Amino acid sequence: MHTIDLDLSLDEVTKVEGAAKLEVKVRQGKVEKCTFAITEYKRFYTQAMRGKLYKALPQLLMRICGTCSNAHLLASIESCEKALGYEASPQSKIMKNLTVAGLLIRDHALHLYLFAMPDIYGKDNFLAFDDQDEEQHQHLHDAFAIKAAGNYLAQIIAGRSVHAINPVIGGFIKVPTQEEVDEAIRSLVEVRPAVLRLINTFAKCDWHFDRKTNYMALVSNPYGYLEGEIKDDNGGVISENRYRDHLERVVLPYSQASGYTYQGESFMVGALARMNLSKDTLHADTKKDAAAALKRFPSTNIFDNNLAQAIEILNAMDTAEELLRNTKFKVEKPVEPTKKEGVGVGVVEAPRGTLYHRVEIGADGKVVQGMIVVPTGQNQINIEQDLASLVEQLINKGKNKEEIQVEMEKLIRAYDPCMSCAAHFLEVNWS
Amino acid sequence: MNGPLTKKLQVGWFTFTCCEDSTIVFTEVLNDYWQEWRKRIDFVHARILQAKNTEGALDVAFVEGAISSEEQKKRLEKIRGQATWLVAVGACAVVGMPSAQRNQFDEKTKQEIGFILERFHHLDHVLSVKEVVKVDAELPGCPMDPKQFVAVVNKALQHFAIAS
Repeated sequence: MHTIDLDLSLDEVTKVEGAAKLEVKVRQGKVEKCTFAITEYKRFYTQAMRGKLYKALPQLLMRICGTCSNAHLLASIESCEKALGYEASPQSKIMKNLTVAGLLIRDHALHLYLFAMPDIYGKDNFLAFDDQDEEQHQHLHDAFAIKAAGNYLAQIIAGRSVHAINPVIGGFIKVPTQEEVDEAIRSLVEVRPAVLRLINTFAKCDWHFDRKTNYMALVSNPYGYLEGEIKDDNGGVISENRYRDHLERVVLPYSQASGYTYQGESFMVGALARMNLSKDTLHADTKKDAAAALKRFPSTNIFDNNLAQAIEILNAMDTAEELLRNTKFKVEKPVEPTKKEGVGVGVVEAPRGTLYHRVEIGADGKVVQGMIVVPTGQNQINIEQDLASLVEQLINKGKNKEEIQVEMEKLIRAYDPCMSCAAHFLEVNWS
Repeated sequence: MNGPLTKKLQVGWFTFTCCEDSTIVFTEVLNDYWQEWRKRIDFVHARILQAKNTEGALDVAFVEGAISSEEQKKRLEKIRGQATWLVAVGACAVVGMPSAQRNQFDEKTKQEIGFILERFHHLDHVLSVKEVVKVDAELPGCPMDPKQFVAVVNKALQHFAIAS
């Protein structure tokens, strides 16, 4: 029997987006406490949005998060468009999809190369990869080339890759030139082999942690991030409007952010959930070139979230390339609303999972109230339950404290959590 | 090649209350500068890049975010003591906003959020960096402008006589 006692406290989880801390207490080999606390200070966006003119809302709410900023922007735009009956043009739908593709490419690449990959090669910092080692040298060059291609796509479509300026409620205020489109296509084609190397690297990675849980994602065909219905892996289907009603909020007194359960159980959102639920709808070229890696899904190994993200980069590139080749961008005036007041819900798949924005707009054009549920909040309880189970496994294997800490950080990183998002607000009951 | 005595610029990147947009812009700037900066800069402290971060003397500390608590204030003062240059990065660090938006809430809203402020020991008012410590340079913007960031790094490389 293992009668080990252990106290582990890590004030700053590193190579993640934002600040979180970890506390574990083991007595007689039993995990008595295992908390993953978000330590970002709240910025109270839910309160700050009240009384703001709705037209300024998306630009405010995207400031919730630096890395998935453009996902918040699109979710907020969608909520306002639905609230007031805006009918977005086919071109602006294409541009929204391209905005997502740019975001996904650069955000997943940041996570996979700079956060996750150093653990594979036993390095602390991606920049410390060995130039003399052929594989590591290649990854260094691949990482920044892929990120740059995503960054460029975001810039020509959305204006900026962080806190974009072109997407507005009702459309886009600027369209790319043909030269920019050609350059984006060229850079996407050029880095595609690098993405195949990335998929290969994570397909070879033998990290494993399994625990039965539930998976949820916005599902559409073709594989997308903006439209569709929310599905779970037991066949449950929820409309965007009703999504929040199906989640139970759990207050965690030690954390600056709330957690959520679904039908009383923990669940997971993000690339792994999306891949598990809709890999059949990926772009044909992605399915062809990632065929071997795709056999791994559906998967309950949380580390396959890394592989799913790598495949999603390829899918985003293939989808973006096709959209760019088939679209002649024309300047369009953003459309006008058809209603003066209303309630709207925008659900998008952010890089880290399902993101929910709800807004109520009054006849004076001001926000009455709103609500936002972010992916990391939804994953929080799943992360903690995984960690507790992981610690017990590692103790049974006789691992020491340092080894346990490294493994816990690796598992947290696999979720790619975003603490800035999680701590943006204080949720109040919707009345 | 760099000899063992060749000095690299000692840089720290610190984040307080914000959305970390400038951190992300920093990682995008690396797309163009990673090869040069790897040779000339030691990232002594940067949670986004590494687990092993050390406390100690810095040539330049980049500070992102607004200051929300006494604990953050003390941390910032400590960083100031360690750094020759302290650069405030992004709107939240430079002017406090939008992270300081609760400073402008009406009484009713302040009451609504009061229990959270108490539970996590927030300050009464969210502060910009220069309201707490002396700042040597500021990179405004939400997020910071990548060109201005590169300019400050280049200025530091020159000022601290880092070999190219």
